[in-house]
Amino acid sequence: MTTPRLTARQVVRRRRRDSAARNWADFRGHKSGVIGLGILIFFVVAALGAPVWADASGLKVTEATGGVLESPSFEFLLGTDDNGRSVLTLLIWGARLSLFVGLLATAISMVIGTLVGVASGHFKGWAGSVLFRLTEWFLVIPFLPLAIVLASVLGASLFNIALVIGITSWPGTALLIRAQTLSIEERPFLERARALGAGHWHQMTRHVLPNVMPMVFANTTLTVAIAILTETTLSFLGLGDPLRVSWGSMLDDAFSSGAITTGAWWFLIPPGVCVILVVLSFTLIGRALEEIFNPRLRERG
Amino acid sequence: MNPLGARYVLGKVAGSLGSLAFMLVLNFFLFRVLPGDPVRTLARNRLVSEKQIDELTRTLGLDQSLPQQFVTYLQNTFTGELGLSFKYRQPVADLILDRMWPTVVLVGTGTVLATLIGLWIGVRSAWNRGSRFDKYSTGSSLTVYAMPEWWLGLLLLAVFSVGVGPIPGIFPTGGLISPGVDPTSVQGVLDQAWHLTLPVLTVTLAYLADYSLIMRSSLLDEMGSDYLVTARAKGLRDAKVRRDHAVPNALLPAATLVALGLGFVVGGAITIETVFSIPGLGLLTTEALEVPDFPLLQGTFIFFSAAVIAANLAANLLYALLDPRVRG
Repeated sequence: MTTPRLTARQVVRRRRRDSAARNWADFRGHKSGVIGLGILIFFVVAALGAPVWADASGLKVTEATGGVLESPSFEFLLGTDDNGRSVLTLLIWGARLSLFVGLLATAISMVIGTLVGVASGHFKGWAGSVLFRLTEWFLVIPFLPLAIVLASVLGASLFNIALVIGITSWPGTALLIRAQTLSIEERPFLERARALGAGHWHQMTRHVLPNVMPMVFANTTLTVAIAILTETTLSFLGLGDPLRVSWGSMLDDAFSSGAITTGAWWFLIPPGVCVILVVLSFTLIGRALEEIFNPRLRERG
Repeated sequence: MNPLGARYVLGKVAGSLGSLAFMLVLNFFLFRVLPGDPVRTLARNRLVSEKQIDELTRTLGLDQSLPQQFVTYLQNTFTGELGLSFKYRQPVADLILDRMWPTVVLVGTGTVLATLIGLWIGVRSAWNRGSRFDKYSTGSSLTVYAMPEWWLGLLLLAVFSVGVGPIPGIFPTGGLISPGVDPTSVQGVLDQAWHLTLPVLTVTLAYLADYSLIMRSSLLDEMGSDYLVTARAKGLRDAKVRRDHAVPNALLPAATLVALGLGFVVGGAITIETVFSIPGLGLLTTEALEVPDFPLLQGTFIFFSAAVIAANLAANLLYALLDPRVRG
């Protein structure tokens, strides 16, 4: 019996599929990670289907049909806000914004963090140490004051807020990626690549990057959590996009319209709970992925 | 101290100076990379008089060349000339000195309490890994970690200051002192402590989660170590192994992370002061945002950054005193 001959590409594809299947099996073993994934899927579906479950006209103050801070009823399941809009509608549309800003900011932060991290681990001379120092210096500067100053200078818009979060949150990633890169640089296959005359670019993109990718991925989910929290905080401080509803801006409204003293819990509790659930889901997934991809943690079990 | 120790100290001091210089350069360019005329951009849509614009042009030194501007900026910053606030029409440095103390007390007390309780929880849950205590404490730490700290403050405010159902609102709803009370009298001090109770509780609860998670993973890293096996083989009691062998070693890596966490506590203080209307630097920052009052924002940014950098340096030096290995 002859075994079917496989091309190199087919072998690679099969190997990737097998390792993906193995990682998925590992992931399913982490109960908290699976719970996190479930919560996340719920919010993603809610956000993507927002126009279906909640008509966008419900976001307009001028077309509000409810009374001011009405308590939950059959018509408004989570009551109304200080402008008579349904809190549930705002929540669903807020999920879109929080997830979008969170992912965009994370993408920016990941690109900067990975580039700086890989480069500072790969280049041994002054370039590497300058990048490393830069990362360390950046890390010590308090995150929120910097984000506040940046956001107030750039002006409030959806993209600016993602940009601000992205450029303030990369140093942690860069340090992590640098440490990974340093350990990969010691491996024989890089020595082989160097001996065969591979350039810096080839070494970094073909050998280092694929090997640090799993850690980048695990770290990404943790960064999304921080990005969403930061978006909420900046919106609460009035630095978010004034034309769009986010969970943070809802809480800002709740705070400034006196929902606390009037006991309008339906305006105060749900946005916060949504933030917690989404952030928690990313954290749980990130921790599970970290244990799968980081052998040192896996030994610990 | 041996030569290697001196080298460590010098290295750390140089690193902190680097951070400081980097922050100052960043702050300098923040307002100069703006497209168009920075002064007009800073003053956009706001009732800023021509006189204020002239004042701002002069303070920023925009009529000079870039290197000259930088020198002027450094001179001004180091002599404490941080410009004039748009909103209060007072020197920014005076405002900061004026409003510093509530923040120092809030961040200081909160950090100390959060660190102590957080480390204790972290040690207990790592040592009894997988126990019910570990499950609950890790679960609730992750939940609190996922919570915006000011939202926690809003909840505490709603429950304990306003009152919910059978719980009466016993704490003040905001401010630092009741009207008409002399802040220097015994009654005044007690009154301020009473006003600060909920904000400090918020800071403590919000950050002890971070510290307990850090300590837990740090101690878990140590737990497989051979020296613990040796300690047990000598017949030491479990509590003694933990207290005298495992915890001191696990504390060291945790210490640096705790110091780095201070930057986040400062950030948290900004929003928590806003929620509880504590007249500190955090509230000053959010008040400046409404205008926006750029000289004041820059001033608080410099102050917060310098404070966090200094605290980190102190923590790193303390670390060297605690851990002889670092000194080499």
